[in-house]
Amino acid sequence: MVKCTGKSVLKGIAVGRICLYRKKVADVSHAPAENVEKELERFDLAVGRAKEQLAALYENALKSVGEEEAMIFDVHSMMLEDEGYLEDIRALIQDGRNAQAAVHETGQQYSRMFAEMDDEYMKARSADVLDISGRVIDILTGAGEMSIQSQTPVILLADDLTPSETISMDKSKILAFVTVHGSASSHTAILARSMNLPSLVNTQTELLEEYHGKMAVVDGFHGELLIDPPQDILDAMILKRDQWTAEREGLRGLIGADNVTRDGRRVNVYCNIGNAQDADSVLAADGGGIGLFRSEFLFLGRDSCPSEEEQFESYKKVLEKMQGKKVIIRTLDIGADKKADYLDLEPEENPALGYRAIRICMDRPELFCTQLRAIYRASAFGTAAIMFPMIISLEEIREIKRIVEGVKKELADKQVPMGEVELGIMIETPAAALISDELAGEVDFFSIGTNDLTQYTLAADRQNQKLEKICDTHHKAVLKLIGMTVENGHKKGIWVGICGELAADLSLTRTFVDMGVDELSVSPAYVLELRKTIREL
Amino acid sequence: MKTFTYTITDALGIHARPAGLLVKLAAGYQSNILISREGKEANAKRIMAIMGLGATTGAEITVKVEGPDEGEAAAAVEDFLKANL
Repeated sequence: MVKCTGKSVLKGIAVGRICLYRKKVADVSHAPAENVEKELERFDLAVGRAKEQLAALYENALKSVGEEEAMIFDVHSMMLEDEGYLEDIRALIQDGRNAQAAVHETGQQYSRMFAEMDDEYMKARSADVLDISGRVIDILTGAGEMSIQSQTPVILLADDLTPSETISMDKSKILAFVTVHGSASSHTAILARSMNLPSLVNTQTELLEEYHGKMAVVDGFHGELLIDPPQDILDAMILKRDQWTAEREGLRGLIGADNVTRDGRRVNVYCNIGNAQDADSVLAADGGGIGLFRSEFLFLGRDSCPSEEEQFESYKKVLEKMQGKKVIIRTLDIGADKKADYLDLEPEENPALGYRAIRICMDRPELFCTQLRAIYRASAFGTAAIMFPMIISLEEIREIKRIVEGVKKELADKQVPMGEVELGIMIETPAAALISDELAGEVDFFSIGTNDLTQYTLAADRQNQKLEKICDTHHKAVLKLIGMTVENGHKKGIWVGICGELAADLSLTRTFVDMGVDELSVSPAYVLELRKTIREL
Repeated sequence: MKTFTYTITDALGIHARPAGLLVKLAAGYQSNILISREGKEANAKRIMAIMGLGATTGAEITVKVEGPDEGEAAAAVEDFLKANL
């Protein structure tokens, strides 16, 4: 048995076989082909296989994220049917290249054609050509192996995963994530929590080929991965897993109960979600509303901005599902660790302190207003609220409110029905917390984002694994800023919530309730446990 | 042969998604459908060629349709452009 330790992101136990998820690098050297006919045949077979993969990805995305998002795989499939592209590759093969070299060369050539266009958007399309070419090359060379081949759910062992990679995975085939890199607040971790999968990040293990297919246990209580455990340990862990499942079932008795302490203090327990489908888990977990709808996930893992119509449909879907319960949509929080190629954001020395979130939105009124219009149009279908991330000054929020008024007027002039929408801000910079007394006069609510507030207050990058010990969310300075924000909010009569990971930290629930926090927004998986803790206070 | 012009109003121009939808639509007709812009010409049934036109907001494109079902095809393409681009 091999025992590896990692950082657990969710309590629980998973037992299953390991699927090694590793990207190999393809060899596209120009070794001449021995037989032109054979190369052409290999190429045609690879294109066919690539189209099958794309069709499967399309079906999968259709079920998990909807038609608009799935469209990209269909577009890629059509690109693979483009006669011009196929003919150019065949011509190179007839010229003596091996198939992978021919695909590589043609892919580069088409990609350059797009890259040289004077339109920023089309420049970004060169990535699509490289993507489809890469897919064919991977099939030709046996590299890549990105998809999960197993029929039964597996423990996915990977170096690290990008948000867009996790989005395109078939979630019904995953029991747990184990990554060598990534921190507890990385997006892989956040997604694992929202999917309710016990997972480990920053795990001390190697990605050995021999691990593939081995039986393993992910112990989210102790942050351990046990590879090939002896039968007695395996049996004990299966028993523990079943007990844990039963315990969670027991918590279900609290569905419908109030979040009230024994001395009568009430706290709203809301949920954090990343897409419209997640609203189902919120309802299943009896969340009181949605305290954080991370709208950036609508913008990730695709090749262009979602249109106003697409965004409207997503927001409307969530609002309708929540049937009048509050849904707080956070405007696009992109940049730093979340990137979308089509936005053409330049690489930065220090992205967490860089061009991100509201800073991008205020520079690109079209992007921002499209999102605001979509939210206001959807607001007629439920109780919507909007919050703005990364605020540092009074001027920003005043400018935002001016933009919001413009959007509302535009819609009102067209007689578009709209609901009442509360406007709030994220308190996630020390600056915002320190001037929360002034900011409170401008908005309807505050929502404290503890992940960023911690990294900015302690000057400790939350993506840097070496700093995980220093990045202490219980640090007095962080708690003092939270307390100050709650107090300043209440003085001006507005409500204050916490939507960062800290909201689910049961060792702080008493502290937060004593501070007077009005709302705690957590992953759906934590709702009932948090309710239990509140009711025992 | 049917010919008409259209000016792109979509903020992003003929990007990947609408190009894909347009190809699907065009593939449904027997007629030859050519889209041109500033001297570049593209077969509406070829997605890379359409994307390669670089037709962005404000670009004027000319659509030429020729074939047995040209009337229907031209009307369908025009409706598509108006609705999506």
